[in-house]
Amino acid sequence: MSDIETIEAEALSAIGGANDLATLDGVRVSELGKKGRVSALMKTLGGMDPEERKEMGPKLNALKNRLNDAIETRKTILEDEELDARLASEKADLSLPPRPYHTGGLHPVMQVFEEIEEIFGAMGFAVAEGPDIEDDFHNFTALNFPIGHPAREDHDTFFMTPDENGERKVLRTHTSPVQIRTMMNEKPPIRVIIPGRVYRNDWDATHTPMFHQVEGLVIDKVTHMGHLKGCLTDFARAFFEVDAVETRFRPHFFPFTEPSAEMDVKCDRSGGNVKIGQGDDWLEILGSGMVHPNVLRNCGLDPNEYQGFAFGMGVDRLAMLKYGMPDLRPYFESDMRWLSHYGFKPWLLPSLSGGLS
Amino acid sequence: MKFTVSWLQDHLLTKASMEELLDAMTNAGLEVESVENPAEALSEFTVAHVKSVTKHPDADKLNICEVDTKDGMKTIVCGAPNVSEGMYAVYAPLGTYIPGLDFALDKKPRKIRGIESHGMMCSAKELEVSEENEGIMDLQGKLKVGQPLAEVLELDDPVIDFEVTPNRPDWLGVLGIARDLAAAGLGKFNPMPVKPVAGAYPCPVSVTIEAPDACPTFAGRMIRGVKNGPSPDWMQARLKSVGISPKNMLVDVTNYISLDRARPLHVYDVAKLEGGLTARLGKEGDKFLALDGKEYEPTEDMCVIADESGVVGLGGVMGGASTGVSDETTDVFIESAYFDPLRIARTGRATGILSDARYRNERGIDPESCLEGLELATRLIVEVCGGEVSDVTVAGAPPEKQAPVQFNIEDVKRLTGVEFKTSELRTIIKDLGGDIEDAGEAWYVAPPSWRRDLKQSADMVEEIIRIKGFAALPLTSLPEPEGGVSQVLTEAQRRVRAGRRLMAARGFLETVTWSFVSHAEAKQFGGGAKELVVDNPVASELDCMRPSILPNLIKAAQKNADFSQRNVRLFEAGPVYLGDGPKDQRRYISMIVRPETVRNWIGKEEPYDIYAAKADVFALLEAVGQDPTRLMVMEPVSDHWHPGRSATLRLGPKNVIAEFGELHPRALKALDVDGTMVGFEVNLDAIPVSRGTGTKTKPVLEKLDLTPIRRDFAFVVTDDVAAGDLVKAALGADKALITAVNVFDVYAGKGVEDGHKSIAIEVTIQPKDATLTDAQIDAVSQKIIKAMGKFGGTLRG
Repeated sequence: MSDIETIEAEALSAIGGANDLATLDGVRVSELGKKGRVSALMKTLGGMDPEERKEMGPKLNALKNRLNDAIETRKTILEDEELDARLASEKADLSLPPRPYHTGGLHPVMQVFEEIEEIFGAMGFAVAEGPDIEDDFHNFTALNFPIGHPAREDHDTFFMTPDENGERKVLRTHTSPVQIRTMMNEKPPIRVIIPGRVYRNDWDATHTPMFHQVEGLVIDKVTHMGHLKGCLTDFARAFFEVDAVETRFRPHFFPFTEPSAEMDVKCDRSGGNVKIGQGDDWLEILGSGMVHPNVLRNCGLDPNEYQGFAFGMGVDRLAMLKYGMPDLRPYFESDMRWLSHYGFKPWLLPSLSGGLS
Repeated sequence: MKFTVSWLQDHLLTKASMEELLDAMTNAGLEVESVENPAEALSEFTVAHVKSVTKHPDADKLNICEVDTKDGMKTIVCGAPNVSEGMYAVYAPLGTYIPGLDFALDKKPRKIRGIESHGMMCSAKELEVSEENEGIMDLQGKLKVGQPLAEVLELDDPVIDFEVTPNRPDWLGVLGIARDLAAAGLGKFNPMPVKPVAGAYPCPVSVTIEAPDACPTFAGRMIRGVKNGPSPDWMQARLKSVGISPKNMLVDVTNYISLDRARPLHVYDVAKLEGGLTARLGKEGDKFLALDGKEYEPTEDMCVIADESGVVGLGGVMGGASTGVSDETTDVFIESAYFDPLRIARTGRATGILSDARYRNERGIDPESCLEGLELATRLIVEVCGGEVSDVTVAGAPPEKQAPVQFNIEDVKRLTGVEFKTSELRTIIKDLGGDIEDAGEAWYVAPPSWRRDLKQSADMVEEIIRIKGFAALPLTSLPEPEGGVSQVLTEAQRRVRAGRRLMAARGFLETVTWSFVSHAEAKQFGGGAKELVVDNPVASELDCMRPSILPNLIKAAQKNADFSQRNVRLFEAGPVYLGDGPKDQRRYISMIVRPETVRNWIGKEEPYDIYAAKADVFALLEAVGQDPTRLMVMEPVSDHWHPGRSATLRLGPKNVIAEFGELHPRALKALDVDGTMVGFEVNLDAIPVSRGTGTKTKPVLEKLDLTPIRRDFAFVVTDDVAAGDLVKAALGADKALITAVNVFDVYAGKGVEDGHKSIAIEVTIQPKDATLTDAQIDAVSQKIIKAMGKFGGTLRG
């Protein structure tokens, strides 16, 4: 057996027997290192005659390469084993709780405002706003509530402290004054909805001194009461996300519309929960009507030229109907348990394409 | 307004079913609130015939009766003294619930003193039919065994309650309801006109009107020699069915006519009057005791009825106790007047009197109904109480008739989208009592005197479509607006949405709190001006419009904490009020955190602090379109913030966009909070709305290939130097090359001179065109060190 074969056999056996990287490196040094056996053989090449060198050179180089490969292979195996061993010792208990994080939420009334804005937005309504502290003109007189009329009394108005002239502002009792502000500032055609806070001096199981409304107003030269019916029925269908929604319009009285109507939706109340679109009961949803000619005149519009409809709905109640909150009072109590339970996650963005809720 | 179906049938000849009646009411605008049939409570009770009565062997007061019932012959033990052979009684089978006793009979026969009783015979009180409890009911008339009691007592008469809208005072009488239902096609209207009764002598009670604006007309007459007493059963039954207790005939008649015709009347005992009656305004010293037992002092704004002794009534609101009728009354004077509705409403509000007369008069009764109401009262009184009738005396005259309404009949199509035949329009107008005076291009319609709400063409359109029913309206979706639908929200509105979602995404819960706070809280938080105080608050602690959302949030946070809620993180997007003008309202997003250390297995979690609040306010500002790094951090302005641990963010020295930090302990104490709270308030309306650049294209991304270099520096400065100023100075040292400066350590203590601190910053230097040489980097470093010089900053060794 030649030297080469002996060295190779011994070296391969040592490589295979190396059980850790340090031993393996020791093998590499003793065979291939500067003072290693293979290196020593390589050095003998210089003293050989050309014929012999021609034969031995490639042999030695091949040996060197084979040993290098064997070392690399062994090294990969040992490294893998070492990593596996380390990882095995690094096991964590992932059943432990995560680092703290907080989940927020959005108030249902505010979410329902957005839902309503989405629906009417798609019908070309802009969103208008106005002040909560109003004057008598915008809240009543311009809306055709004559001074002293009992209809004013029905509003349980909050009054502000009178000024030195005895005039007192009011907290708006409805979002309708923004109709007046809109008609006085914009030229028809007008399509707006008006979300906002409104106030009435009444506090019991079904009333809160502050609540939320969305008002709507359409003014142009052609919109008639059939449009009112169509538009609000389309709204009810979209809002309750029930195709089978059936609506009913009943005559009613509002000083600022003529004719006036209330809209009911068909529902089933048998199971304690209200189910919209089923059953034989009716549930009042909103008030509406054709804008009263006196209101148009009060805003400088000629009722023989312009016409249209208006509507108003209580958002707190709509939210309650859709999402099943049993009581209005907790809406304003800031109880985190209620807010978390009935609130909406921020990624639930109401849209017509993605669904309102 | 309540009425019974049989009462309605006086004025409406109809074969309609209950369901059709209710539908017709709903469709004509009479919103039904409830329907109750008293017969339902009596459905178990039927007529029985007592065949024999024998004394109970073991009890003196009990009888053993053999009774023929719907269930056959029954033995019933009865204790009523009036039970007798041959009488028709009310039979309650075993197991029946007896409403007046509030218990149900046993299902099995019970032995009474050894004798089994198979049911019960009831008294009127036990059935809650009347208060009568002397014995069992002794039914009279043509009766059959097994006949339902409700039928015998004519109680099978549903009571309907509905909402009367303020524009329709004529619906406050059954007659007016019938008229509309007849017009809507439910049957034939029977107005039951009243024939006048001729007077036998001039009315001895004179009537004078001194305040014709307040009381335009006053009709009356005397009936002498009446015998007052209970009103007839049918009248009592009707009054009771709608919840009015019968008193005596003279009073019941006024109530009855008020309900039947929406015509309030008043009756005086002539013996108690001194001289004639005058309708005048109240004056100094007026005083009277009203029928409600309270004393009132009428003012000059009120219309009173007075005799020579003084005020005897508040006209159209309530009569006086001194001149009221009683069973002893023999001479009665009936008042049928018309009062100014607005003045009635004011008087009613001022006195707080809630009477049926006020309710009708303030809504506006038919001014031309004085005489008919008076004649109807005369007839009913004479019929029951007898007496001799005087002539009618009338002072003043009803207000002028309303002008004819110009009805442009094409408005029906224009406003409703439906066209009706003119013949249909005519019929509706006629059925409602209107009179078409001229049917040319435009029609002129004289409205009936009881419909003062009909004033213009649109009112006529409403009548047409109301009577035809809203089901006749087409269902037309709104056509898309010209030019299509574009962005709906304004930039300012969009910011509110974005801000709210950002806050929720960062783990805050949105709440909605009152726009009110208490006046004291308002003052504590920088508000409380007089014009923002509510004059009639719903509660004393909610009497002022809020100058800040924080007081409500702080109280809410504390309340939740009191409930052991962890991680109290609340925010609200809503209004605050700087004044009472239309432009004085601001949109805010404000939040509060109650910092706490929650134990956790990993180790100590830093509680929420002012720098966490700064991160949240920065994130919010970014969401609402304001680059927070462009804002100046300045001292707080509001007193409710901790003077040292809060700050304002301003765009320019005067425009405060946000305040954040720790709340002032005094402000918290005022709200009964101890401990710390951290929060912010952002005035969204202070952020300028960008006008946009006219394009949605984003600027080109500048992404340099050369690796940025980072260098650390530490400077020792005096305590009062703001780190932010230092950072700004470092950034400004070489604007071309320095792209970021990050504070990574602030240190005071050992190794740093007293009153000083060391601030360590990491500066990012971004080469633009070529790699920087060491010399170039050194030059930048020197610039930074030099820039620190103006703060007295020295490089820390």
